[in-house]
Amino acid sequence: MTITSSPIQRTCPAKPTQVYLMGTCLVDSFFPHAGMDAITVLRQLGVEVVFPQGQTCCGQPAWNSGYEDEARAVARQQLAAFEADIPVVVMMGSCAGMVHLEYPDLFAGHPEEAQARALAARTYEFSEFMINVLGLDNEILSIAQPPSADQPTRTVALHTSCSSRRGMGVAAQHMALATCLPGVTVVEPERVTECCGFGGTFAVKQADISAAMAEDKALAMDATGADVITSADCGCMMNIGGTLDRLAEQGKARSIPTQHLATLVKEALTGYAAATSGDAS
Amino acid sequence: MSTPTSTPSFIELTTIVDQEDHDFADMQSRHFKARAKMSLENDTLRASFRGASDFLMGKRKSVFPDDEELEALRDRGEAARQRSLANLPDLLEQLETNLVANGIQVHWAETADEANRIIHGILDANQARTVVKGKSMVSEEIELNHYLEARGIECLESDMGEYLVQLAHEAPSHIVMPVIHKNKQQIARLMHTRATTPDGEAVPYSEDVDDLIGNARAILRQKFQRADAGISGVNMAIAETGTLLLVENEGNGRMCTTAPPLHIAVTGIEKVVQGLSDVPELLTLLPRSATGQLITTYVNMISGPRQKGELDGPEQVHLVLVDNGRSKMFNHPNLQPTLQCIRCGACMNHCPVYARVGGHAYGSTYPGPIGQVVTPQLGSAGGLAANGDMINACSLNGACGEACPVRIPLPDLIRNLRAEAVAPVATQQNGQPHVNGTGSQRSLGESLIWQGWSLVHKVPFLYRSSTRVMTRGRGLMPGKLAPWTNTRSMPKPAARSLHELARAADIPSVVTSEEQH
Repeated sequence: MTITSSPIQRTCPAKPTQVYLMGTCLVDSFFPHAGMDAITVLRQLGVEVVFPQGQTCCGQPAWNSGYEDEARAVARQQLAAFEADIPVVVMMGSCAGMVHLEYPDLFAGHPEEAQARALAARTYEFSEFMINVLGLDNEILSIAQPPSADQPTRTVALHTSCSSRRGMGVAAQHMALATCLPGVTVVEPERVTECCGFGGTFAVKQADISAAMAEDKALAMDATGADVITSADCGCMMNIGGTLDRLAEQGKARSIPTQHLATLVKEALTGYAAATSGDAS
Repeated sequence: MSTPTSTPSFIELTTIVDQEDHDFADMQSRHFKARAKMSLENDTLRASFRGASDFLMGKRKSVFPDDEELEALRDRGEAARQRSLANLPDLLEQLETNLVANGIQVHWAETADEANRIIHGILDANQARTVVKGKSMVSEEIELNHYLEARGIECLESDMGEYLVQLAHEAPSHIVMPVIHKNKQQIARLMHTRATTPDGEAVPYSEDVDDLIGNARAILRQKFQRADAGISGVNMAIAETGTLLLVENEGNGRMCTTAPPLHIAVTGIEKVVQGLSDVPELLTLLPRSATGQLITTYVNMISGPRQKGELDGPEQVHLVLVDNGRSKMFNHPNLQPTLQCIRCGACMNHCPVYARVGGHAYGSTYPGPIGQVVTPQLGSAGGLAANGDMINACSLNGACGEACPVRIPLPDLIRNLRAEAVAPVATQQNGQPHVNGTGSQRSLGESLIWQGWSLVHKVPFLYRSSTRVMTRGRGLMPGKLAPWTNTRSMPKPAARSLHELARAADIPSVVTSEEQH
């Protein structure tokens, strides 16, 4: 039984000298280079990064499935791992939302409530931190990496996850970040605000419905003509990219590589060729 | 849409309509996942719902052009509903007092069955054998038509959508637009094969909307004139004035509540609001959120039976206030916002799951997000034990919560119900009120999986070991992992985890105290 707690209020801090990076479990195993790219970006912009080796998962899968005690036990470990009072930059909107929006409810009435609320208040989604806190824009990027003639131009389809859009409310920051990248034309699919059908355990528990939603989103992505799909949510990217792979096998769509927003920002800062990239492509 | 060049044969059309009738009954006899799959595989149905969702979302957007204004209006709508709920017991008493003073007879029904018995009792006492009904979701919830028909009372739905659903022997697939699952051709076939004109002839086949409406109107007009009683729902019951407010677009609601000598209104106890000052806010939100209309064609304010010297109106007006689980929702620490609902249907119009499977897949009176929240809590719908799959049919994408005009936190409520459904026995005994069927979805297998998951993720060493096994063993990963890979490629773990890459790059793992702010 959980109690709905009052919402967390916060303002954007001045540029900190040091932040935590919350990699998230999906990035950890499936998109680790995106995490390293985020570290490179943050350091290049003058922010030192601490990556706690004690971090695991935010606890969201169990929380959304109704297993509250199991979620809390895992979340408690994150309270310990991200203990110091510095901002936490999260690689995924979904996990940022778990910490920022759900931890206060998850720990309401528990001894760690104050600690959880404090962590929630200093937790930021990646694009939110880049735009709202670091003020990343086209000018900063062009100073770091002056535009050159051999700059590749790419059409990038932006997928803003439901948790980034509605939970964290950072759709504008996603778009701002994507559109300030040099050589990138940003496109969005039809019915841009509609869920891709991932939804964590939903994709397994209601597989048929999830697959139908994923197919619609994948076809809409294909129709944008994009060279790359980008997002700050790797569950969605695995869902959309994986569905496109299958549709491509059936000749119904193109297979399109997926890249985390952090990887695109790193490319813009350090040069396309030098980018590590390629986690899931 | 092409109109058939030659008149289709009555027999052929009857066969199609009977088949659809049979398909509906067949679908409803199955469990949730089977119903959802049947809907997903039905291209006609998919097209109907996709088109309806897109249309209704667009209409709503067009009447809320200013985001800031909309959010302010939603704040006021939420506040109005919360004010009502904060004083619910008092308001209900006040409502009863003022209704009685206005000559409206008030009845209280704790269960669906009791509500049916009360309504049947009133009809019986007045020798009423024929009833015309305005649209009422509560009457669907208590399955009033079946109850009355089994007792020899003819119950005719007079809302166009409800009328068609009744002709088809189906149930509404949407709370505002009951027949949204059928296209024009299907409705033309239905009217032609199942409806008869006042002269007893088959209704001529036509796909023209005006013809379809005109034919139904001619049939209904006669029924209104002859009916012994009218039954309606209520959108708001105003406590201070003892007024029943009813919105509708077809005028059938007004006919049901004024033409027959007896009017019985039926509604849930949560529909009460304090005063007329609560009405403008909610009446601004309701039609805009439901159908994208600024106001409905009819807004009926019913304040009592025909008075001495008046020329029309029913001789008796009754209100049946139904609980059917609502008191329990009211007393639940987290689920009370369920009762804020004004039944506009915006949540289902914006739900990507509803847009794919449609209303009938839910197998409940109320489909879509609000249906997922209300149904397990109703006294008459089998609780969480019978609705476990339904509450999992949600990706928690939040579109419903964003659309709700009175800010019901629908995704939170769905998540709360999931927690109730899998709660261990110990949680059930902490003295708080629980939803019927708490713990019923807890299985040993699933709870062990989550306990194992929790153990691995709360001990960093175990977690890092497990990712090490996964990344090192990525070449050994199975090529298939159903159901994920039924429609997606297999995700491949990276060669090294981020934990390992960060360690290799000497990224610090802890903040040293002097570096802290």
